[in-house]
Amino acid sequence: MNDGNPLNSMRPVIIFALIGVIFMFTGPYVLQLFTIINLTTAIALAVLALSLALVWGFGGILCFGQVAFFGLGAYAYTIGAINFGGSTWAILVSIMVSCAFAALLGYFIFFGRVSDVYLGVITLTVTLIFFSLIRRTSGPEYKIGNAQIGGFNGVTSPPLNLPWDPSAFLYPEQVFYVAMAALIICYLFCGWLVTTHFGRVCVGIRENELRAELLGYDSRLYKLGIFTISAGIAAVGGVLFCNGVGRITPDVFNLYNAALTIIWVIVGGRGTLIGPIAATFGLFYLTSALGGQSFLNNNLVLGAILIFFVLLVPKGVAPTIVGWVASRRKPRRPTRVRRRTSLRDEANKL
Amino acid sequence: MDLVAAIIFQLVYGIANLALISLGLAIIFGMMRVINLAHGEFLMLGGYTVVVATNAGVNIWIAMLILAPLVVGIIGVIVERLLIRWLYGRMVDTLLATWGLSLLLIGLVTSIFGASTATTISPPLGIIRIGDYSASGYELFLIVVTAILFVALFATLKLTRLGLVARGTMQNPEMSSALGVSTTRTYMITFGLGAGVTGLAGGLLAPVTGVLPSIGATYIAKAFITVISGGSAILAGTASGSVLLGGINGIFAFITGPTIGEVALLVTAIVLLRLMPRGITGRFFRKYL
Repeated sequence: MNDGNPLNSMRPVIIFALIGVIFMFTGPYVLQLFTIINLTTAIALAVLALSLALVWGFGGILCFGQVAFFGLGAYAYTIGAINFGGSTWAILVSIMVSCAFAALLGYFIFFGRVSDVYLGVITLTVTLIFFSLIRRTSGPEYKIGNAQIGGFNGVTSPPLNLPWDPSAFLYPEQVFYVAMAALIICYLFCGWLVTTHFGRVCVGIRENELRAELLGYDSRLYKLGIFTISAGIAAVGGVLFCNGVGRITPDVFNLYNAALTIIWVIVGGRGTLIGPIAATFGLFYLTSALGGQSFLNNNLVLGAILIFFVLLVPKGVAPTIVGWVASRRKPRRPTRVRRRTSLRDEANKL
Repeated sequence: MDLVAAIIFQLVYGIANLALISLGLAIIFGMMRVINLAHGEFLMLGGYTVVVATNAGVNIWIAMLILAPLVVGIIGVIVERLLIRWLYGRMVDTLLATWGLSLLLIGLVTSIFGASTATTISPPLGIIRIGDYSASGYELFLIVVTAILFVALFATLKLTRLGLVARGTMQNPEMSSALGVSTTRTYMITFGLGAGVTGLAGGLLAPVTGVLPSIGATYIAKAFITVISGGSAILAGTASGSVLLGGINGIFAFITGPTIGEVALLVTAIVLLRLMPRGITGRFFRKYL
């Protein structure tokens, strides 16, 4: 954003990625195995949050059903891995299934020029219908290849293995490395994507769709593009999730999880990438802690958090901090002529 | 012949059921162009009102037809005053706030009543016979109530002063407030009315479905699709949406089972929105309520 040099505008992204790399290599030496396994699940959810941060924060697309692509990816991976007898192709299939479904759904939504509110509600409805559809597949007649879909109880997911070597499956610590690496790669990819021409046009459409169209950009195609890409990232999260948990159940599609995804992005801040990731880790530990007591219900707390942020901190934590830091830094550098930066510009750097 | 009659009865019941669960949502959507994501929880609260009242010894008819809409209507007004009115003009934030409300209500009811079913109540009417087939008398009752509700709402909107003000605010809020109508008050009343109708629906459905804190989720997918496909006209939208989707759902459910019925409903709605992005009433029945 500063001088048009892509490396400069990506500097914060690279810094955060480096912190992630350090954590990835030191984590298993410092933390216990139980924490590592828990963290793997949190990392998978962070990838999901990242995908929503991309499509909502930068594409301006209010997708309430990001968990649909996440869950679809997890199911596609599990069913694929059972049928192929290895995870290599299953991962690719999972991403492709998720992207294909998003592209199909997105075609109807974006080319029908469905408005914001409708879009959110339709994607949410799709998620809920997945939930009730898969819940009812418990009979032995519901199977794809060798994989029973298993209805309410879900399916046990085969573990990841080294590429093209199904016998060399990974241990939980190794899955942690893979998950962390995937998160960092997805984060770098998203950070890079929003600095490209494509990403900038998407941000332009978010800011003013009509103006972007008058400049000659077909907003439908760009929206479809970013929607599909984010579905692919969500599928990566899904693959990691079912590896972290060990199985996949229709509960991923329920209303609670759909709301949770939205809450991560609201709390972290729309228009940033690191904010939602950080919020995911924070809220993951909050809900785990709440699960240990029975006085306050999880739904109650999350509902209160969502209402609190919508009413009082609508920008989310990361942009608020960035805005605060930027306003503190300004007086210290009186000589440098600063371009007028909005909060959003600052936030976009993250 | 009897079989045909029985199937038609089921089809009409499916349509009426869809219309009943969607009407309250449609009132709020028609007025404010906002989808109330806590709609399912308003239905749930209606159900709980009936269960708590009947357990306390209140007559079930009074509990269903009077207490449920009253209690949920009052809750609706409180919610509007405390939450929604700060967010007018910020549609996305309103959606998110009602979603937060939805979670909050689920959590609250779970904390008070526990996560499992409170006492179930059995449908108060017996069985009616259609030739060789039998149908539930309560289902017939629900069809009749839905029809009465539509007529009553039509009369309110068309014949009363409140209805006139509401229609005016719906068409052009700035102009109505310039003419001295308090739009915030209109919004408050319509939100309460929508919540009340939703509470009535929840109360009426409690004997059929039972009540759970999370029961809302089973209704909302259908209600959302119906309202969105119907478009922003309250009565014509809900009616056309329910007839189309209820019909398709019924036919598919009859041929293949309930799961495919719901999927067919969704696919129809999505294809419909590709053709008519503003719902059925965005293209047809434009002049209707």
